[in-house]
Amino acid sequence: MRKFYGVTLKNPLMLGTAQYPSPAILAEAFKTSGASVATVSLRRENGADQDGGQGQAFWSLIRALDVKILPNTAGCHSVKEAVTTAHMAREMFDTNWIKLEVIGNTDTLQPDVFGLVEAAKILTDDGFEVFPYTTEDLSVADRLLNAGCEVLMPWGAPIGSGQGINNPLGLRSLRAHFPDTPLVVDAGIGLPSHAAFAMELGYDAVLLNTAVAKAGDPAQMARAMANAATAGQLAALADPMEPRDMAAPSTPVIGKAFLS
Amino acid sequence: MQINVNGKNCLIKANTVFDALDELGYTDAKIATAVNETFIPEAARPTHMLCVGDRLEILAPMQGG
Repeated sequence: MRKFYGVTLKNPLMLGTAQYPSPAILAEAFKTSGASVATVSLRRENGADQDGGQGQAFWSLIRALDVKILPNTAGCHSVKEAVTTAHMAREMFDTNWIKLEVIGNTDTLQPDVFGLVEAAKILTDDGFEVFPYTTEDLSVADRLLNAGCEVLMPWGAPIGSGQGINNPLGLRSLRAHFPDTPLVVDAGIGLPSHAAFAMELGYDAVLLNTAVAKAGDPAQMARAMANAATAGQLAALADPMEPRDMAAPSTPVIGKAFLS
Repeated sequence: MQINVNGKNCLIKANTVFDALDELGYTDAKIATAVNETFIPEAARPTHMLCVGDRLEILAPMQGG
Protein backbone atom coordinates (compact mmCIF):
# COMPACT_ATOMS: atom_id res chain seq x y z
CA MET A 1 0.00 0.00 0.00
CA ARG A 2 1.40 3.39 -1.00
CA LYS A 3 2.30 5.71 1.85
CA PHE A 4 1.70 9.43 2.17
CA TYR A 5 5.08 10.87 3.11
CA GLY A 6 5.77 7.75 5.14
CA VAL A 7 2.30 7.54 6.66
CA THR A 8 -0.05 4.62 6.01
CA LEU A 9 -3.65 5.71 6.20
CA LYS A 10 -5.97 3.45 8.18
CA ASN A 11 -8.87 4.44 5.91
CA PRO A 12 -8.87 5.83 2.34
CA LEU A 13 -11.31 8.62 3.21
CA MET A 14 -9.99 12.14 3.71
CA LEU A 15 -12.77 14.36 4.96
CA GLY A 16 -13.23 18.10 4.98
CA THR A 17 -14.48 19.95 8.04
CA ALA A 18 -16.50 22.79 6.46
CA GLN A 19 -20.22 23.44 6.00
CA TYR A 20 -21.59 20.99 8.59
CA PRO A 21 -24.84 21.92 10.31
CA SER A 22 -23.10 21.88 13.70
CA PRO A 23 -19.78 20.94 15.33
CA ALA A 24 -21.44 17.89 16.89
CA ILE A 25 -22.53 16.60 13.49
CA LEU A 26 -19.04 17.18 12.14
CA ALA A 27 -17.60 15.08 14.96
CA GLU A 28 -20.21 12.37 14.39
CA ALA A 29 -19.33 12.22 10.68
CA PHE A 30 -15.70 11.55 11.53
CA LYS A 31 -16.62 9.01 14.17
CA THR A 32 -18.98 6.96 11.99
CA SER A 33 -16.75 7.04 8.92
CA GLY A 34 -13.39 6.47 10.56
CA ALA A 35 -11.94 9.05 8.16
CA SER A 36 -8.19 9.14 8.54
CA VAL A 37 -7.46 12.74 7.58
CA ALA A 38 -9.21 16.03 8.32
CA THR A 39 -8.65 19.05 6.13
CA VAL A 40 -8.66 22.40 7.89
CA SER A 41 -8.04 26.01 7.02
CA LEU A 42 -6.95 29.35 8.43
CA ARG A 43 -9.12 32.40 8.57
CA ARG A 44 -9.19 35.68 10.43
CA GLU A 45 -10.00 35.19 14.09
CA ASN A 46 -13.30 36.91 14.69
CA GLY A 47 -12.34 38.49 17.95
CA ALA A 48 -10.94 37.30 21.23
CA ASP A 49 -13.52 36.73 23.91
CA GLN A 50 -13.81 34.65 27.03
CA ASP A 51 -13.51 31.48 24.94
CA GLY A 52 -10.69 32.91 22.88
CA GLY A 53 -12.75 33.21 19.69
CA GLN A 54 -14.48 30.86 17.30
CA GLY A 55 -11.26 29.39 15.97
CA GLN A 56 -10.19 28.21 19.42
CA ALA A 57 -13.36 26.17 19.89
CA PHE A 58 -12.90 24.62 16.46
CA TRP A 59 -9.31 23.72 17.28
CA SER A 60 -10.43 21.91 20.43
CA LEU A 61 -12.94 19.95 18.40
CA ILE A 62 -10.41 18.96 15.73
CA ARG A 63 -7.81 17.83 18.25
CA ALA A 64 -10.35 15.54 19.83
CA LEU A 65 -10.95 13.75 16.51
CA ASP A 66 -7.51 12.10 16.72
CA VAL A 67 -6.91 12.13 12.96
CA LYS A 68 -4.13 13.44 10.75
CA ILE A 69 -4.50 17.15 10.10
CA LEU A 70 -4.10 18.42 6.55
CA PRO A 71 -4.22 22.23 6.45
CA ASN A 72 -5.09 23.81 3.12
CA THR A 73 -4.35 27.03 1.30
CA ALA A 74 -7.93 27.29 0.02
CA GLY A 75 -8.85 30.54 -1.62
CA CYS A 76 -5.29 31.54 -2.45
CA HIS A 77 -4.89 32.93 -5.96
CA SER A 78 -1.19 33.77 -5.96
CA VAL A 79 2.03 31.94 -5.18
CA LYS A 80 2.97 34.42 -2.47
CA GLU A 81 -0.42 34.15 -0.79
CA ALA A 82 -0.31 30.36 -0.84
CA VAL A 83 3.27 30.17 0.45
CA THR A 84 2.59 32.63 3.27
CA THR A 85 -0.58 30.78 4.23
CA ALA A 86 1.34 27.49 4.24
CA HIS A 87 3.92 28.92 6.64
CA MET A 88 1.21 30.17 8.96
CA ALA A 89 -0.53 26.78 8.79
CA ARG A 90 2.66 24.88 9.59
CA GLU A 91 3.15 26.87 12.75
CA MET A 92 -0.49 26.77 13.76
CA PHE A 93 -1.12 23.06 13.19
CA ASP A 94 2.41 21.84 13.86
CA THR A 95 2.61 19.75 10.68
CA ASN A 96 4.64 19.79 7.49
CA TRP A 97 1.63 18.52 5.55
CA ILE A 98 -0.03 21.13 3.36
CA LYS A 99 -2.83 20.77 0.84
CA LEU A 100 -1.60 23.26 -1.70
CA GLU A 101 -4.27 25.13 -3.63
CA VAL A 102 -3.44 27.95 -6.01
CA ILE A 103 -6.74 28.82 -7.62
CA GLY A 104 -6.75 30.00 -11.21
CA ASN A 105 -10.40 30.65 -11.94
CA THR A 106 -13.14 31.79 -9.60
CA ASP A 107 -15.97 30.08 -11.50
CA THR A 108 -14.46 26.63 -11.81
CA LEU A 109 -11.98 26.86 -8.92
CA GLN A 110 -9.57 25.00 -11.15
CA PRO A 111 -5.93 25.14 -10.10
CA ASP A 112 -3.48 27.61 -11.60
CA VAL A 113 -1.06 24.83 -12.44
CA PHE A 114 1.81 27.19 -13.25
CA GLY A 115 1.56 28.90 -9.88
CA LEU A 116 1.02 25.52 -8.26
CA VAL A 117 4.31 24.13 -9.53
CA GLU A 118 6.15 27.29 -8.48
CA ALA A 119 4.65 27.27 -4.98
CA ALA A 120 5.23 23.52 -4.61
CA LYS A 121 8.92 23.96 -5.36
CA ILE A 122 9.28 26.78 -2.81
CA LEU A 123 7.49 24.80 -0.13
CA THR A 124 9.17 21.42 -0.66
CA ASP A 125 12.55 23.15 -0.59
CA ASP A 126 11.49 24.55 2.77
CA GLY A 127 10.64 21.14 4.22
CA PHE A 128 6.92 21.00 3.56
CA GLU A 129 5.23 17.77 2.51
CA VAL A 130 2.99 19.05 -0.23
CA PHE A 131 -0.35 17.59 -1.33
CA PRO A 132 -0.99 19.59 -4.52
CA TYR A 133 -4.55 20.08 -5.71
CA THR A 134 -4.01 19.67 -9.44
CA THR A 135 -5.58 18.47 -12.67
CA GLU A 136 -5.05 15.12 -14.36
CA ASP A 137 -2.53 16.68 -16.78
CA LEU A 138 0.49 14.38 -17.10
CA SER A 139 3.00 17.14 -17.79
CA VAL A 140 1.91 19.11 -14.75
CA ALA A 141 2.10 15.94 -12.66
CA ASP A 142 5.64 15.39 -13.86
CA ARG A 143 6.59 18.97 -12.95
CA LEU A 144 5.06 18.62 -9.50
CA LEU A 145 6.98 15.43 -8.82
CA ASN A 146 10.18 17.07 -10.04
CA ALA A 147 9.44 19.97 -7.68
CA GLY A 148 9.54 17.50 -4.80
CA CYS A 149 5.92 16.50 -4.32
CA GLU A 150 5.47 12.86 -3.35
CA VAL A 151 1.66 12.89 -3.58
CA LEU A 152 -0.68 14.16 -6.30
CA MET A 153 -4.30 15.17 -5.83
CA PRO A 154 -6.09 15.57 -9.17
CA TRP A 155 -9.63 16.86 -9.21
CA GLY A 156 -12.55 14.60 -10.05
CA ALA A 157 -14.77 17.56 -10.94
CA PRO A 158 -14.98 21.21 -9.85
CA ILE A 159 -14.91 21.77 -6.08
CA GLY A 160 -18.33 21.44 -4.50
CA SER A 161 -20.02 20.39 -7.76
CA GLY A 162 -20.75 16.78 -6.83
CA GLN A 163 -20.42 15.76 -10.48
CA GLY A 164 -18.18 12.80 -9.77
CA ILE A 165 -15.36 11.66 -12.02
CA ASN A 166 -15.52 13.88 -15.11
CA ASN A 167 -12.48 12.46 -16.86
CA PRO A 168 -12.02 8.76 -16.13
CA LEU A 169 -9.62 8.35 -19.02
CA GLY A 170 -7.38 11.14 -17.72
CA LEU A 171 -7.36 9.78 -14.18
CA ARG A 172 -6.69 6.25 -15.45
CA SER A 173 -3.83 7.57 -17.54
CA LEU A 174 -2.37 9.42 -14.55
CA ARG A 175 -2.51 6.23 -12.49
CA ALA A 176 -0.78 4.26 -15.23
CA HIS A 177 1.98 6.83 -15.73
CA PHE A 178 2.83 7.19 -12.06
CA PRO A 179 2.36 3.70 -10.59
CA ASP A 180 4.41 4.39 -7.46
CA THR A 181 2.97 7.79 -6.54
CA PRO A 182 0.19 8.06 -3.98
CA LEU A 183 -2.79 9.59 -5.79
CA VAL A 184 -5.89 11.14 -4.27
CA VAL A 185 -9.02 12.21 -6.11
CA ASP A 186 -9.75 15.57 -4.54
CA ALA A 187 -12.96 17.48 -5.23
CA GLY A 188 -16.10 16.82 -7.18
CA ILE A 189 -17.21 13.60 -5.53
CA GLY A 190 -20.94 13.70 -4.83
CA LEU A 191 -21.94 10.09 -4.23
CA PRO A 192 -20.43 6.95 -2.73
CA SER A 193 -20.42 5.40 -6.23
CA HIS A 194 -18.05 8.19 -7.32
CA ALA A 195 -15.74 7.40 -4.43
CA ALA A 196 -15.81 3.68 -5.21
CA PHE A 197 -15.09 4.37 -8.89
CA ALA A 198 -12.12 6.57 -8.03
CA MET A 199 -10.70 3.82 -5.85
CA GLU A 200 -11.41 1.16 -8.49
CA LEU A 201 -9.19 3.20 -10.82
CA GLY A 202 -6.38 2.40 -8.43
CA TYR A 203 -6.32 5.64 -6.49
CA ASP A 204 -5.10 5.59 -2.92
CA ALA A 205 -7.66 7.86 -1.27
CA VAL A 206 -10.50 10.26 -1.93
CA LEU A 207 -10.85 13.70 -0.41
CA LEU A 208 -14.33 15.17 -0.15
CA ASN A 209 -16.34 17.58 1.97
CA THR A 210 -19.51 19.04 0.49
CA ALA A 211 -21.09 15.70 -0.40
CA VAL A 212 -21.04 14.74 3.26
CA ALA A 213 -21.60 18.09 4.93
CA LYS A 214 -24.56 18.99 2.72
CA ALA A 215 -26.25 15.58 2.90
CA GLY A 216 -29.45 15.37 4.90
CA ASP A 217 -27.67 13.02 7.29
CA PRO A 218 -23.95 13.88 7.13
CA ALA A 219 -22.84 11.14 9.51
CA GLN A 220 -24.59 8.43 7.52
CA MET A 221 -23.25 9.79 4.25
CA ALA A 222 -19.74 9.90 5.69
CA ARG A 223 -20.04 6.24 6.63
CA ALA A 224 -21.37 5.43 3.15
CA MET A 225 -18.43 7.24 1.57
CA ALA A 226 -15.94 5.38 3.74
CA ASN A 227 -17.51 2.02 2.96
CA ALA A 228 -17.60 2.80 -0.76
CA ALA A 229 -13.99 3.96 -0.81
CA THR A 230 -12.91 0.84 1.04
CA ALA A 231 -14.95 -1.36 -1.33
CA GLY A 232 -13.33 0.29 -4.34
CA GLN A 233 -9.90 -0.12 -2.82
CA LEU A 234 -10.49 -3.84 -2.15
CA ALA A 235 -11.77 -4.28 -5.71
CA ALA A 236 -8.69 -2.62 -7.20
CA LEU A 237 -6.43 -4.86 -5.11
CA ALA A 238 -8.44 -7.91 -6.22
CA ASP A 239 -7.43 -7.37 -9.87
CA PRO A 240 -10.85 -6.94 -11.55
CA MET A 241 -11.81 -8.93 -14.65
CA GLU A 242 -11.47 -7.35 -18.07
CA PRO A 243 -14.82 -6.30 -19.56
CA ARG A 244 -15.78 -7.89 -22.89
CA ASP A 245 -18.22 -7.02 -25.63
CA MET A 246 -19.99 -10.37 -25.96
CA ALA A 247 -21.79 -12.47 -23.42
CA ALA A 248 -20.03 -15.44 -21.87
CA PRO A 249 -22.12 -17.93 -19.88
CA SER A 250 -20.99 -18.32 -16.33
CA THR A 251 -22.86 -21.60 -15.87
CA PRO A 252 -21.01 -24.50 -17.54
CA VAL A 253 -22.43 -25.54 -20.93
CA ILE A 254 -20.84 -28.98 -20.79
CA GLY A 255 -23.16 -31.49 -19.18
CA LYS A 256 -26.29 -29.58 -20.01
CA ALA A 257 -29.23 -31.97 -20.58
CA PHE A 258 -30.62 -32.28 -24.05
CA LEU A 259 -34.24 -31.38 -23.45
CA SER A 260 -35.40 -29.48 -26.54
CA MET B 1 -0.83 54.14 17.33
CA GLN B 2 -3.31 53.23 14.68
CA ILE B 3 -2.82 49.95 12.84
CA ASN B 4 -5.13 47.70 10.88
CA VAL B 5 -6.10 44.40 12.50
CA ASN B 6 -7.86 41.84 10.33
CA GLY B 7 -9.15 44.56 8.04
CA LYS B 8 -10.33 46.96 10.75
CA ASN B 9 -8.60 50.09 12.02
CA CYS B 10 -7.49 49.74 15.61
CA LEU B 11 -5.76 51.96 18.17
CA ILE B 12 -3.16 50.16 20.28
CA LYS B 13 -0.54 51.09 22.84
CA ALA B 14 1.77 48.18 22.08
CA ASN B 15 4.89 48.49 19.98
CA THR B 16 5.51 44.84 19.16
CA VAL B 17 3.37 42.09 17.66
CA PHE B 18 3.62 40.13 20.91
CA ASP B 19 2.40 43.03 23.02
CA ALA B 20 -0.33 43.89 20.53
CA LEU B 21 -1.68 40.35 20.71
CA ASP B 22 -1.64 40.54 24.49
CA GLU B 23 -3.42 43.90 24.41
CA LEU B 24 -6.04 42.55 22.01
CA GLY B 25 -6.75 39.50 24.17
CA TYR B 26 -4.94 36.77 22.23
CA THR B 27 -2.34 35.88 24.85
CA ASP B 28 -2.93 32.13 24.94
CA ALA B 29 -4.86 31.74 21.69
CA LYS B 30 -3.96 29.30 18.93
CA ILE B 31 -3.18 31.80 16.20
CA ALA B 32 -0.73 32.64 13.43
CA THR B 33 0.29 36.16 12.49
CA ALA B 34 1.39 38.20 9.52
CA VAL B 35 2.31 41.87 9.19
CA ASN B 36 1.98 43.59 5.85
CA GLU B 37 1.48 40.22 4.13
CA THR B 38 4.65 38.72 5.64
CA PHE B 39 4.48 35.77 8.03
CA ILE B 40 5.69 36.61 11.53
CA PRO B 41 6.62 33.38 13.36
CA GLU B 42 5.71 33.09 17.01
CA ALA B 43 9.36 33.37 18.02
CA ALA B 44 9.68 36.70 16.21
CA ARG B 45 6.60 38.34 17.72
CA PRO B 46 8.38 39.85 20.77
CA THR B 47 10.96 41.61 18.61
CA HIS B 48 8.88 42.56 15.58
CA MET B 49 8.17 46.28 15.92
CA LEU B 50 4.90 47.67 14.64
CA CYS B 51 4.62 50.97 12.78
CA VAL B 52 1.65 53.27 12.23
CA GLY B 53 -0.51 51.91 9.45
CA ASP B 54 0.81 48.34 9.63
CA ARG B 55 -1.62 45.61 8.62
CA LEU B 56 -1.69 42.87 11.26
CA GLU B 57 -3.38 39.62 10.31
CA ILE B 58 -4.41 37.29 13.14
CA LEU B 59 -5.51 33.93 11.80
CA ALA B 60 -7.06 31.03 13.67
CA PRO B 61 -7.92 27.40 12.85
CA MET B 62 -11.08 27.25 10.77
CA GLN B 63 -13.18 24.72 8.91
CA GLY B 64 -11.80 23.77 5.52
CA GLY B 65 -12.26 21.36 2.66
